[in-house]
Amino acid sequence: MSARLRGTLLPVSLFLALALVPVFAKLGPESFILAIATRLVILALAAMSLDLLIGYGGLVSFGHAAFLGIGAYAVGILSSHGIDDALLQLAAALAGAALFGLLTGLIALRTEGVYFIMITLAFGQMLFFLATSLAAYGGDDGMTLSSRSQILGHDLLRSDAALYGLSLGALLLCYLLCRRLTASRFGRVLSGTRENRTRMEAIGFQPFRFQLVAYVMAGLIAGLAGFLFANQTGFVSPATMSWQRSGDLIFMVVLGGVGTLHGAVAGAAAFLLLEEVLSHWTEHWRILFGPLLVLAVLFARGGIAGLVGGRRG
Amino acid sequence: MSAALRLQGLCKSYGALKVSDGVDLAIEPGEFRAVIGPNGAGKTTLVHQVSGLARHDSGRILLDGRDIGALAMPDRVRLGLARSFQVTSILPGFTVRDNVALAVQARSGSSFRFWRDAAREPELNEPAAELLARFGLAHRAELPAGLLSYGEKRQLELAVALATRPRLLLLDEPLAGTSHAESREVVERLQALRGSLTILLVEHDMEAVFALADRVSVLVYGRVIATGTPDQIRADPEVRAAYLGEEAA
Ligand SMILES: Nc1ncnc2c1ncn2[C@@H]1O[C@H](COP(=O)(O)OP(=O)(O)OP(=O)(O)O)[C@@H](O)[C@H]1O
Ligand SMILES: [Mg+2]
Repeated sequence: MSARLRGTLLPVSLFLALALVPVFAKLGPESFILAIATRLVILALAAMSLDLLIGYGGLVSFGHAAFLGIGAYAVGILSSHGIDDALLQLAAALAGAALFGLLTGLIALRTEGVYFIMITLAFGQMLFFLATSLAAYGGDDGMTLSSRSQILGHDLLRSDAALYGLSLGALLLCYLLCRRLTASRFGRVLSGTRENRTRMEAIGFQPFRFQLVAYVMAGLIAGLAGFLFANQTGFVSPATMSWQRSGDLIFMVVLGGVGTLHGAVAGAAAFLLLEEVLSHWTEHWRILFGPLLVLAVLFARGGIAGLVGGRRG
Repeated sequence: MSAALRLQGLCKSYGALKVSDGVDLAIEPGEFRAVIGPNGAGKTTLVHQVSGLARHDSGRILLDGRDIGALAMPDRVRLGLARSFQVTSILPGFTVRDNVALAVQARSGSSFRFWRDAAREPELNEPAAELLARFGLAHRAELPAGLLSYGEKRQLELAVALATRPRLLLLDEPLAGTSHAESREVVERLQALRGSLTILLVEHDMEAVFALADRVSVLVYGRVIATGTPDQIRADPEVRAAYLGEEAA
Protein backbone atom coordinates (compact mmCIF):
# COMPACT_ATOMS: atom_id res chain seq x y z
CA MET A 1 0.00 0.00 0.00
CA SER A 2 1.37 3.42 -0.89
CA ALA A 3 2.03 5.92 1.89
CA ARG A 4 -0.53 8.26 0.40
CA LEU A 5 -3.23 5.62 0.44
CA ARG A 6 -2.34 4.61 3.98
CA GLY A 7 -2.53 8.28 4.93
CA THR A 8 -6.10 8.61 3.74
CA LEU A 9 -7.23 5.22 5.00
CA LEU A 10 -7.49 6.22 8.65
CA PRO A 11 -9.39 9.51 8.21
CA VAL A 12 -11.80 7.98 5.71
CA SER A 13 -12.56 5.01 7.95
CA LEU A 14 -12.88 7.23 11.00
CA PHE A 15 -15.43 9.49 9.36
CA LEU A 16 -17.22 6.53 7.82
CA ALA A 17 -17.53 4.91 11.24
CA LEU A 18 -18.81 8.16 12.73
CA ALA A 19 -21.35 8.54 9.93
CA LEU A 20 -22.69 5.06 10.67
CA VAL A 21 -23.15 5.69 14.39
CA PRO A 22 -26.82 6.85 14.12
CA VAL A 23 -27.65 3.67 12.19
CA PHE A 24 -26.16 1.38 14.79
CA ALA A 25 -27.40 3.48 17.69
CA LYS A 26 -30.93 2.35 16.80
CA LEU A 27 -29.94 -1.21 17.71
CA GLY A 28 -29.03 -0.32 21.29
CA PRO A 29 -29.79 2.35 23.88
CA GLU A 30 -30.03 5.02 21.20
CA SER A 31 -29.86 8.25 23.19
CA PHE A 32 -27.01 6.93 25.35
CA ILE A 33 -24.96 5.93 22.34
CA LEU A 34 -25.69 9.20 20.55
CA ALA A 35 -24.76 11.20 23.64
CA ILE A 36 -21.37 9.50 23.87
CA ALA A 37 -20.76 9.79 20.14
CA THR A 38 -21.73 13.48 20.12
CA ARG A 39 -19.38 14.13 23.02
CA LEU A 40 -16.65 12.28 21.13
CA VAL A 41 -17.17 14.31 17.97
CA ILE A 42 -17.20 17.62 19.87
CA LEU A 43 -14.05 16.84 21.86
CA ALA A 44 -12.42 15.64 18.64
CA LEU A 45 -13.23 19.02 17.10
CA ALA A 46 -11.60 20.85 20.00
CA ALA A 47 -8.60 18.50 19.98
CA MET A 48 -8.19 18.91 16.23
CA SER A 49 -8.04 22.67 16.57
CA LEU A 50 -5.40 22.20 19.24
CA ASP A 51 -3.43 19.96 16.87
CA LEU A 52 -3.31 22.89 14.47
CA LEU A 53 -1.34 24.73 17.16
CA ILE A 54 0.71 21.84 18.56
CA GLY A 55 1.32 19.75 15.47
CA TYR A 56 1.74 22.47 12.88
CA GLY A 57 2.65 25.58 14.86
CA GLY A 58 4.73 23.86 17.53
CA LEU A 59 2.68 25.87 20.03
CA VAL A 60 1.74 23.73 23.02
CA SER A 61 -1.21 25.58 24.49
CA PHE A 62 -2.24 24.41 27.93
CA GLY A 63 -5.29 26.67 28.03
CA HIS A 64 -7.25 25.52 25.04
CA ALA A 65 -10.32 24.53 27.08
CA ALA A 66 -10.87 28.25 27.68
CA PHE A 67 -12.22 28.51 24.14
CA LEU A 68 -14.50 25.56 24.76
CA GLY A 69 -15.75 27.40 27.84
CA ILE A 70 -16.29 30.65 25.94
CA GLY A 71 -18.43 28.84 23.36
CA ALA A 72 -20.41 27.07 26.05
CA TYR A 73 -20.93 30.19 28.14
CA ALA A 74 -22.08 32.14 25.08
CA VAL A 75 -24.92 29.63 24.81
CA GLY A 76 -25.59 29.56 28.56
CA ILE A 77 -25.54 33.29 29.16
CA LEU A 78 -27.63 34.22 26.12
CA SER A 79 -30.12 31.46 26.79
CA SER A 80 -30.52 32.59 30.41
CA HIS A 81 -31.63 35.95 28.96
CA GLY A 82 -34.11 34.24 26.70
CA ILE A 83 -31.99 34.43 23.56
CA ASP A 84 -31.94 30.90 22.28
CA ASP A 85 -31.36 31.48 18.59
CA ALA A 86 -28.50 29.26 17.42
CA LEU A 87 -27.07 31.79 14.99
CA LEU A 88 -26.93 34.56 17.58
CA GLN A 89 -25.41 32.23 20.14
CA LEU A 90 -22.89 30.92 17.63
CA ALA A 91 -21.97 34.44 16.56
CA ALA A 92 -21.40 35.37 20.21
CA ALA A 93 -19.36 32.21 20.77
CA LEU A 94 -17.12 32.90 17.79
CA ALA A 95 -16.76 36.61 18.55
CA GLY A 96 -15.85 35.82 22.16
CA ALA A 97 -13.35 33.16 21.11
CA ALA A 98 -11.75 35.43 18.51
CA LEU A 99 -11.43 38.30 20.96
CA PHE A 100 -9.98 36.13 23.71
CA GLY A 101 -7.63 34.50 21.21
CA LEU A 102 -6.46 37.85 19.91
CA LEU A 103 -5.88 39.40 23.32
CA THR A 104 -4.17 36.42 24.93
CA GLY A 105 -2.32 35.48 21.74
CA LEU A 106 -0.81 38.93 21.45
CA ILE A 107 0.81 38.37 24.82
CA ALA A 108 1.38 34.61 24.96
CA LEU A 109 3.00 34.42 21.52
CA ARG A 110 5.78 36.73 22.71
CA THR A 111 7.02 33.73 24.67
CA GLU A 112 8.22 30.32 23.60
CA GLY A 113 8.40 26.75 24.83
CA VAL A 114 7.71 26.21 28.51
CA TYR A 115 6.81 29.86 29.00
CA PHE A 116 4.14 29.61 26.33
CA ILE A 117 2.71 26.53 28.07
CA MET A 118 2.62 28.35 31.41
CA ILE A 119 1.16 31.59 30.12
CA THR A 120 -1.63 29.89 28.20
CA LEU A 121 -2.38 27.88 31.34
CA ALA A 122 -2.50 31.12 33.30
CA PHE A 123 -4.92 32.74 30.86
CA GLY A 124 -7.10 29.64 30.95
CA GLN A 125 -7.16 29.74 34.74
CA MET A 126 -8.03 33.43 34.72
CA LEU A 127 -11.07 32.70 32.62
CA PHE A 128 -11.94 29.71 34.79
CA PHE A 129 -11.97 31.85 37.94
CA LEU A 130 -13.87 34.57 36.16
CA ALA A 131 -16.56 31.98 35.36
CA THR A 132 -16.71 30.77 38.98
CA SER A 133 -17.28 34.35 40.08
CA LEU A 134 -20.23 34.90 37.75
CA ALA A 135 -22.89 34.53 40.45
CA ALA A 136 -25.66 35.57 38.06
CA TYR A 137 -24.75 32.60 35.87
CA GLY A 138 -24.45 29.94 38.51
CA GLY A 139 -20.94 30.70 39.78
CA ASP A 140 -19.16 27.47 40.76
CA ASP A 141 -22.21 25.36 40.09
CA GLY A 142 -22.88 26.53 36.56
CA MET A 143 -26.31 26.61 35.03
CA THR A 144 -28.72 24.29 33.32
CA LEU A 145 -30.03 25.25 29.89
CA SER A 146 -33.80 25.40 29.51
CA SER A 147 -33.61 24.09 25.96
CA ARG A 148 -31.19 23.45 23.13
CA SER A 149 -30.45 26.23 20.65
CA GLN A 150 -33.27 27.04 18.27
CA ILE A 151 -32.62 27.12 14.54
CA LEU A 152 -34.68 29.86 12.90
CA GLY A 153 -37.27 29.48 15.65
CA HIS A 154 -37.51 25.71 15.34
CA ASP A 155 -36.40 23.27 17.99
CA LEU A 156 -34.59 21.17 15.39
CA LEU A 157 -31.74 20.18 17.69
CA ARG A 158 -34.08 18.58 20.22
CA SER A 159 -33.50 15.34 18.39
CA ASP A 160 -30.25 13.74 19.52
CA ALA A 161 -29.63 12.49 16.02
CA ALA A 162 -29.92 16.04 14.65
CA LEU A 163 -27.44 17.39 17.18
CA TYR A 164 -25.10 14.54 16.36
CA GLY A 165 -25.46 15.22 12.65
CA LEU A 166 -24.71 18.91 13.16
CA SER A 167 -21.66 18.12 15.28
CA LEU A 168 -20.32 15.59 12.83
CA GLY A 169 -20.91 18.01 9.97
CA ALA A 170 -18.97 20.67 11.85
CA LEU A 171 -16.11 18.24 12.48
CA LEU A 172 -15.93 17.16 8.86
CA LEU A 173 -16.09 20.73 7.58
CA CYS A 174 -13.39 21.93 9.95
CA TYR A 175 -11.26 18.90 9.15
CA LEU A 176 -11.39 19.65 5.44
CA LEU A 177 -10.73 23.34 6.07
CA CYS A 178 -7.74 22.56 8.26
CA ARG A 179 -6.33 20.17 5.68
CA ARG A 180 -6.40 22.90 3.07
CA LEU A 181 -5.06 25.39 5.53
CA THR A 182 -2.06 23.29 6.55
CA ALA A 183 -1.04 22.73 2.93
CA SER A 184 -1.51 26.36 1.93
CA ARG A 185 1.09 29.10 1.85
CA PHE A 186 -0.04 30.11 5.31
CA GLY A 187 0.28 26.57 6.65
CA ARG A 188 3.79 26.21 5.27
CA VAL A 189 4.95 29.34 7.03
CA LEU A 190 3.39 28.05 10.24
CA SER A 191 5.15 24.66 10.03
CA GLY A 192 8.35 26.27 8.86
CA THR A 193 8.39 28.40 11.98
CA ARG A 194 7.97 25.29 14.11
CA GLU A 195 11.01 23.75 12.46
CA ASN A 196 13.33 26.73 12.45
CA ARG A 197 12.13 30.16 13.39
CA THR A 198 15.41 31.93 12.67
CA ARG A 199 15.51 30.49 9.16
CA MET A 200 12.00 31.79 8.51
CA GLU A 201 12.97 35.26 9.71
CA ALA A 202 16.10 35.11 7.61
CA ILE A 203 14.03 34.67 4.45
CA GLY A 204 11.77 37.54 5.42
CA PHE A 205 8.80 36.13 7.30
CA GLN A 206 7.43 37.60 10.51
CA PRO A 207 6.38 34.41 12.30
CA PHE A 208 4.41 36.21 15.01
CA ARG A 209 1.67 37.32 12.62
CA PHE A 210 1.17 33.82 11.27
CA GLN A 211 1.14 32.30 14.72
CA LEU A 212 -1.39 34.83 15.91
CA VAL A 213 -3.76 34.11 13.03
CA ALA A 214 -3.39 30.37 13.66
CA TYR A 215 -4.02 30.86 17.36
CA VAL A 216 -7.22 32.80 16.70
CA MET A 217 -8.38 30.26 14.12
CA ALA A 218 -7.82 27.37 16.51
CA GLY A 219 -9.72 29.35 19.13
CA LEU A 220 -12.62 29.89 16.74
CA ILE A 221 -12.92 26.16 16.05
CA ALA A 222 -12.74 25.35 19.75
CA GLY A 223 -15.37 28.05 20.36
CA LEU A 224 -17.62 26.30 17.86
CA ALA A 225 -16.98 23.07 19.75
CA GLY A 226 -17.99 24.84 22.96
CA PHE A 227 -21.27 25.95 21.40
CA LEU A 228 -22.02 22.33 20.50
CA PHE A 229 -20.79 21.09 23.87
CA ALA A 230 -23.30 23.22 25.80
CA ASN A 231 -26.09 21.87 23.63
CA GLN A 232 -24.97 18.31 24.17
CA THR A 233 -24.63 18.47 27.95
CA GLY A 234 -27.53 20.89 28.47
CA PHE A 235 -25.39 22.35 31.19
CA VAL A 236 -22.65 24.95 31.41
CA SER A 237 -20.17 25.28 34.26
CA PRO A 238 -16.59 26.40 34.92
CA ALA A 239 -15.56 22.72 34.73
CA THR A 240 -16.02 23.02 30.97
CA MET A 241 -12.81 25.04 30.91
CA SER A 242 -10.82 23.52 33.75
CA TRP A 243 -7.10 23.01 33.27
CA GLN A 244 -7.71 19.28 33.45
CA ARG A 245 -9.81 19.58 30.32
CA SER A 246 -6.99 21.47 28.59
CA GLY A 247 -4.71 18.62 29.60
CA ASP A 248 -7.19 16.06 28.29
CA LEU A 249 -7.17 17.81 24.93
CA ILE A 250 -3.36 17.66 24.76
CA PHE A 251 -3.58 13.99 25.72
CA MET A 252 -5.98 13.33 22.85
CA VAL A 253 -3.71 15.07 20.36
CA VAL A 254 -0.60 13.18 21.49
CA LEU A 255 -2.40 9.86 21.76
CA GLY A 256 -3.91 10.24 18.31
CA GLY A 257 -0.78 11.49 16.61
CA VAL A 258 0.55 15.04 16.55
CA GLY A 259 0.41 16.96 13.29
CA THR A 260 -2.12 14.79 11.45
CA LEU A 261 -5.50 16.45 12.24
CA HIS A 262 -7.40 13.17 11.94
CA GLY A 263 -5.21 11.79 14.72
CA ALA A 264 -7.10 14.06 17.08
CA VAL A 265 -10.31 12.23 16.18
CA ALA A 266 -8.72 8.86 16.87
CA GLY A 267 -7.19 10.29 20.02
CA ALA A 268 -10.53 11.59 21.29
CA ALA A 269 -12.11 8.20 20.63
CA ALA A 270 -9.32 6.35 22.42
CA PHE A 271 -9.48 8.82 25.29
CA LEU A 272 -13.22 8.40 25.84
CA LEU A 273 -12.87 4.64 25.57
CA LEU A 274 -10.08 4.59 28.15
CA GLU A 275 -12.05 6.92 30.41
CA GLU A 276 -15.05 4.65 30.16
CA VAL A 277 -13.13 1.44 30.87
CA LEU A 278 -10.80 2.80 33.55
CA SER A 279 -13.47 4.70 35.45
CA HIS A 280 -15.42 1.45 35.88
CA TRP A 281 -12.32 -0.10 37.31
CA THR A 282 -11.21 2.61 39.74
CA GLU A 283 -12.29 6.10 40.63
CA HIS A 284 -8.67 7.24 40.44
CA TRP A 285 -8.61 6.52 36.73
CA ARG A 286 -6.89 9.80 35.92
CA ILE A 287 -3.77 8.56 37.69
CA LEU A 288 -3.49 5.77 35.15
CA PHE A 289 -3.60 8.23 32.27
CA GLY A 290 -0.15 9.60 33.02
CA PRO A 291 1.74 6.31 32.61
CA LEU A 292 -0.35 5.52 29.54
CA LEU A 293 0.63 8.79 27.94
CA VAL A 294 4.28 8.09 28.67
CA LEU A 295 3.94 4.66 27.06
CA ALA A 296 2.19 6.16 24.06
CA VAL A 297 4.98 8.68 23.60
CA LEU A 298 7.72 6.08 24.06
CA PHE A 299 6.35 3.26 21.95
CA ALA A 300 4.06 4.94 19.46
CA ARG A 301 5.71 8.24 18.65
CA GLY A 302 3.29 9.09 15.89
CA GLY A 303 0.32 8.10 18.06
CA ILE A 304 -2.54 6.10 16.60
CA ALA A 305 -2.22 7.83 13.25
CA GLY A 306 1.48 6.95 13.20
CA LEU A 307 0.73 3.28 13.86
CA VAL A 308 -1.76 3.14 11.02
CA GLY A 309 0.69 4.99 8.79
CA GLY A 310 1.11 8.02 6.60
CA ARG A 311 2.23 10.84 8.83
CA ARG A 312 2.03 14.13 6.94
CA GLY A 313 4.58 16.94 6.62
CA MET B 1 26.02 57.67 -0.16
CA SER B 2 26.86 55.35 -2.99
CA ALA B 3 27.85 52.35 -0.87
CA ALA B 4 25.60 49.30 -0.99
CA LEU B 5 26.49 48.62 2.63
CA ARG B 6 28.12 51.09 4.95
CA LEU B 7 28.98 50.46 8.57
CA GLN B 8 29.90 53.47 10.72
CA GLY B 9 31.49 53.03 14.12
CA LEU B 10 29.67 49.78 14.80
CA CYS B 11 30.14 48.63 18.38
CA LYS B 12 28.93 45.61 20.26
CA SER B 13 30.02 44.04 23.53
CA TYR B 14 29.19 40.79 25.24
CA GLY B 15 29.84 41.76 28.82
CA ALA B 16 33.44 42.99 28.99
CA LEU B 17 34.25 41.50 25.57
CA LYS B 18 34.22 44.04 22.74
CA VAL B 19 33.15 41.91 19.78
CA SER B 20 32.77 44.86 17.44
CA ASP B 21 34.98 47.76 18.33
CA GLY B 22 34.12 50.66 16.05
CA VAL B 23 33.83 48.86 12.75
CA ASP B 24 33.85 51.11 9.67
CA LEU B 25 33.21 49.45 6.34
CA ALA B 26 31.94 50.59 2.94
CA ILE B 27 31.09 48.09 0.23
CA GLU B 28 30.40 49.35 -3.28
CA PRO B 29 27.38 48.13 -5.24
CA GLY B 30 28.30 44.93 -7.07
CA GLU B 31 31.48 44.52 -5.07
CA PHE B 32 32.66 41.14 -3.82
CA ARG B 33 34.09 41.82 -0.38
CA ALA B 34 35.72 39.22 1.81
CA VAL B 35 36.14 39.60 5.54
CA ILE B 36 38.86 37.47 7.08
CA GLY B 37 40.19 37.26 10.59
CA PRO B 38 41.23 34.77 13.27
CA ASN B 39 38.75 32.67 15.23
CA GLY B 40 36.77 34.78 17.66
CA ALA B 41 37.57 38.02 15.80
CA GLY B 42 33.86 38.87 15.67
CA LYS B 43 33.10 38.03 12.03
CA THR B 44 29.94 36.05 12.69
CA THR B 45 28.73 38.64 15.17
CA LEU B 46 29.29 41.29 12.52
CA VAL B 47 27.12 39.35 10.06
CA HIS B 48 24.51 38.92 12.83
CA GLN B 49 24.40 42.67 13.39
CA VAL B 50 24.13 43.54 9.72
CA SER B 51 21.38 40.95 9.15
CA GLY B 52 19.52 41.98 12.29
CA LEU B 53 19.87 38.72 14.19
CA ALA B 54 21.86 40.57 16.84
CA ARG B 55 21.50 44.19 17.93
CA HIS B 56 24.47 46.53 17.78
CA ASP B 57 25.15 48.72 20.79
CA SER B 58 26.05 51.84 18.82
CA GLY B 59 27.00 52.97 15.34
CA ARG B 60 25.08 52.91 12.09
CA ILE B 61 24.22 50.30 9.46
CA LEU B 62 23.30 51.78 6.08
CA LEU B 63 21.84 49.67 3.28
CA ASP B 64 21.91 51.71 0.06
CA GLY B 65 22.14 54.79 2.21
CA ARG B 66 19.18 53.87 4.36
CA ASP B 67 19.69 53.34 8.09
CA ILE B 68 18.39 49.86 8.81
CA GLY B 69 19.80 49.59 12.32
CA ALA B 70 16.39 49.72 14.00
CA LEU B 71 14.71 47.18 11.72
CA ALA B 72 14.05 43.57 12.63
CA MET B 73 15.64 40.84 10.50
CA PRO B 74 12.54 40.11 8.34
CA ASP B 75 12.23 43.81 7.48
CA ARG B 76 15.88 43.98 6.45
CA VAL B 77 15.38 40.91 4.30
CA ARG B 78 12.46 42.60 2.59
CA LEU B 79 14.80 45.46 1.72
CA GLY B 80 17.01 43.03 -0.17
CA LEU B 81 19.37 41.51 2.35
CA ALA B 82 19.96 37.76 2.59
CA ARG B 83 22.39 35.62 4.52
CA SER B 84 23.68 32.15 5.13
CA PHE B 85 24.69 30.81 8.52
CA GLN B 86 28.01 29.42 9.70
CA VAL B 87 26.04 26.65 11.41
CA THR B 88 23.75 25.29 8.70
CA SER B 89 20.21 26.53 9.12
CA ILE B 90 17.56 24.81 7.03
CA LEU B 91 14.10 23.28 7.53
CA PRO B 92 15.08 19.62 8.01
CA GLY B 93 11.54 18.23 7.78
CA PHE B 94 10.70 20.08 4.57
CA THR B 95 11.73 18.70 1.21
CA VAL B 96 14.72 20.27 -0.48
CA ARG B 97 12.38 21.86 -3.01
CA ASP B 98 10.07 23.27 -0.34
CA ASN B 99 13.02 24.81 1.48
CA VAL B 100 13.71 26.87 -1.61
CA ALA B 101 10.05 27.32 -2.61
CA LEU B 102 9.32 28.81 0.80
CA ALA B 103 12.06 31.37 0.27
CA VAL B 104 10.56 32.17 -3.15
CA GLN B 105 7.17 32.47 -1.46
CA ALA B 106 8.59 35.06 0.93
CA ARG B 107 9.14 37.38 -2.04
CA SER B 108 6.13 36.40 -4.13
CA GLY B 109 2.89 37.99 -3.02
CA SER B 110 1.07 37.50 0.26
CA SER B 111 1.54 34.42 2.38
CA PHE B 112 -1.82 34.97 4.05
CA ARG B 113 -3.38 32.58 1.57
CA PHE B 114 -5.23 29.76 3.19
CA TRP B 115 -6.80 27.63 0.52
CA ARG B 116 -4.59 26.77 -2.43
CA ASP B 117 -2.08 23.91 -2.15
CA ALA B 118 1.22 25.75 -2.02
CA ALA B 119 3.15 22.64 -3.10
CA ARG B 120 1.43 22.89 -6.48
CA GLU B 121 2.00 26.56 -7.21
CA PRO B 122 4.14 26.83 -10.35
CA GLU B 123 5.10 30.39 -9.48
CA LEU B 124 6.86 28.98 -6.41
CA ASN B 125 8.07 25.65 -7.75
CA GLU B 126 9.52 26.84 -11.03
CA PRO B 127 11.99 29.34 -9.62
CA ALA B 128 12.82 26.77 -6.94
CA ALA B 129 13.52 24.07 -9.52
CA GLU B 130 15.73 26.46 -11.46
CA LEU B 131 17.82 27.26 -8.41
CA LEU B 132 18.09 23.61 -7.41
CA ALA B 133 19.35 22.76 -10.87
CA ARG B 134 21.91 25.54 -10.62
CA PHE B 135 23.17 24.21 -7.30
CA GLY B 136 23.27 20.59 -8.40
CA LEU B 137 20.43 19.55 -6.12
CA ALA B 138 17.73 18.83 -8.72
CA HIS B 139 17.94 15.08 -8.12
CA ARG B 140 17.44 15.67 -4.40
CA ALA B 141 14.33 17.86 -4.70
CA GLU B 142 11.91 15.38 -3.11
CA LEU B 143 14.18 14.42 -0.23
CA PRO B 144 13.67 15.85 3.28
CA ALA B 145 16.43 18.43 3.60
CA GLY B 146 17.57 16.91 6.88
CA LEU B 147 18.77 13.83 4.99
CA LEU B 148 21.16 15.73 2.71
CA SER B 149 24.90 15.34 3.15
CA TYR B 150 26.68 18.16 4.92
CA GLY B 151 28.06 19.60 1.70
CA GLU B 152 24.65 19.45 0.04
CA LYS B 153 23.09 21.30 2.96
CA ARG B 154 25.62 24.09 2.47
CA GLN B 155 24.61 24.27 -1.20
CA LEU B 156 20.94 24.31 -0.23
CA GLU B 157 21.52 27.23 2.09
CA LEU B 158 23.02 29.22 -0.75
CA ALA B 159 20.07 28.38 -2.99
CA VAL B 160 17.66 29.46 -0.25
CA ALA B 161 19.47 32.75 0.26
CA LEU B 162 19.43 33.48 -3.48
CA ALA B 163 15.75 32.54 -3.75
CA THR B 164 14.85 35.73 -1.89
CA ARG B 165 16.48 37.68 -4.75
CA PRO B 166 18.79 39.73 -2.55
CA ARG B 167 20.75 42.83 -3.48
CA LEU B 168 23.18 42.21 -0.64
CA LEU B 169 24.26 38.68 0.23
CA LEU B 170 26.05 37.91 3.49
CA LEU B 171 27.83 34.56 3.54
CA ASP B 172 29.24 33.21 6.78
CA GLU B 173 31.86 30.57 5.94
CA PRO B 174 29.97 28.78 3.15
CA LEU B 175 33.01 26.55 2.53
CA ALA B 176 33.51 25.39 6.11
CA GLY B 177 33.40 21.61 6.34
CA THR B 178 32.91 20.98 2.64
CA SER B 179 35.08 18.57 0.67
CA HIS B 180 37.67 19.92 -1.71
CA ALA B 181 35.50 19.14 -4.74
CA GLU B 182 32.44 20.69 -3.16
CA SER B 183 34.25 23.83 -2.21
CA ARG B 184 35.52 24.18 -5.79
CA GLU B 185 31.91 23.98 -6.98
CA VAL B 186 30.79 26.61 -4.52
CA VAL B 187 33.64 28.92 -5.54
CA GLU B 188 32.58 28.52 -9.17
CA ARG B 189 28.98 29.36 -8.32
CA LEU B 190 30.00 32.41 -6.33
CA GLN B 191 32.25 33.44 -9.19
CA ALA B 192 29.22 33.30 -11.48
CA LEU B 193 27.29 35.61 -9.17
CA ARG B 194 29.97 38.27 -9.29
CA GLY B 195 28.65 41.64 -10.29
CA SER B 196 24.97 40.73 -10.19
CA LEU B 197 24.73 41.59 -6.50
CA THR B 198 26.83 42.84 -3.63
CA ILE B 199 28.46 40.10 -1.58
CA LEU B 200 30.08 40.08 1.82
CA LEU B 201 31.92 36.79 2.32
CA VAL B 202 33.34 35.66 5.63
CA GLU B 203 35.73 32.82 4.97
CA HIS B 204 38.82 31.11 6.35
CA ASP B 205 39.76 29.44 3.06
CA MET B 206 42.42 31.88 1.81
CA GLU B 207 42.70 30.35 -1.62
CA ALA B 208 38.97 30.96 -2.17
CA VAL B 209 39.07 34.44 -0.66
CA PHE B 210 41.95 35.60 -2.84
CA ALA B 211 40.34 34.07 -5.93
CA LEU B 212 36.93 35.64 -5.36
CA ALA B 213 37.24 38.94 -3.58
CA ASP B 214 37.57 42.34 -5.19
CA ARG B 215 38.72 43.62 -1.84
CA VAL B 216 39.48 42.02 1.49
CA SER B 217 38.96 43.45 4.98
CA VAL B 218 40.81 42.01 7.94
CA LEU B 219 39.02 41.90 11.26
CA VAL B 220 41.03 41.35 14.44
CA TYR B 221 39.58 41.70 17.95
CA GLY B 222 36.52 43.47 16.59
CA ARG B 223 38.50 46.04 14.61
CA VAL B 224 39.12 46.34 10.89
CA ILE B 225 42.91 46.57 10.75
CA ALA B 226 43.24 46.65 6.96
CA THR B 227 41.21 46.78 3.75
CA GLY B 228 42.64 46.33 0.27
CA THR B 229 42.92 44.23 -2.85
CA PRO B 230 44.00 40.61 -2.34
CA ASP B 231 47.54 41.55 -3.39
CA GLN B 232 47.72 44.48 -0.98
CA ILE B 233 46.41 42.32 1.87
CA ARG B 234 48.88 39.54 1.14
CA ALA B 235 51.69 42.06 1.28
CA ASP B 236 50.51 44.02 4.34
CA PRO B 237 53.00 43.47 7.18
CA GLU B 238 50.47 44.23 9.91
CA VAL B 239 48.09 41.66 8.48
CA ARG B 240 50.85 39.10 8.19
CA ALA B 241 51.76 39.63 11.80
CA ALA B 242 48.24 39.61 13.13
CA TYR B 243 46.76 36.93 11.00
CA LEU B 244 48.43 35.38 8.02
CA GLY B 245 51.68 34.86 9.92
CA GLU B 246 49.74 33.17 12.64
CA GLU B 247 48.49 30.63 10.15
CA ALA B 248 51.94 29.97 8.73
CA ALA B 249 53.37 29.42 12.20
N1 LIG C 1 25.97 35.35 22.26
C1 LIG C 1 27.21 35.53 22.73
N2 LIG C 1 27.41 35.76 24.04
C2 LIG C 1 28.65 35.95 24.53
N3 LIG C 1 29.75 35.91 23.78
C3 LIG C 1 29.63 35.68 22.47
C4 LIG C 1 28.36 35.48 21.88
N4 LIG C 1 28.52 35.27 20.56
C5 LIG C 1 29.85 35.34 20.33
N5 LIG C 1 30.51 35.58 21.48
C6 LIG C 1 31.96 35.75 21.60
O1 LIG C 1 32.32 36.81 20.75
C7 LIG C 1 33.56 36.54 20.11
C8 LIG C 1 33.41 36.65 18.62
O2 LIG C 1 32.59 35.57 18.15
P1 LIG C 1 32.26 35.36 16.62
O3 LIG C 1 31.44 34.14 16.55
O4 LIG C 1 31.69 36.60 16.07
O5 LIG C 1 33.70 35.11 16.03
P2 LIG C 1 34.12 34.68 14.56
O6 LIG C 1 35.06 35.70 14.08
O7 LIG C 1 32.92 34.41 13.73
O8 LIG C 1 34.90 33.33 14.86
P3 LIG C 1 35.02 32.00 13.97
O9 LIG C 1 36.05 32.26 12.94
O10 LIG C 1 35.47 30.96 14.93
O11 LIG C 1 33.67 31.72 13.40
C9 LIG C 1 33.99 35.16 20.58
O12 LIG C 1 34.93 35.33 21.62
C10 LIG C 1 32.74 34.55 21.11
O13 LIG C 1 33.02 33.67 22.15
MG1 LIG D 1 32.14 32.80 12.83
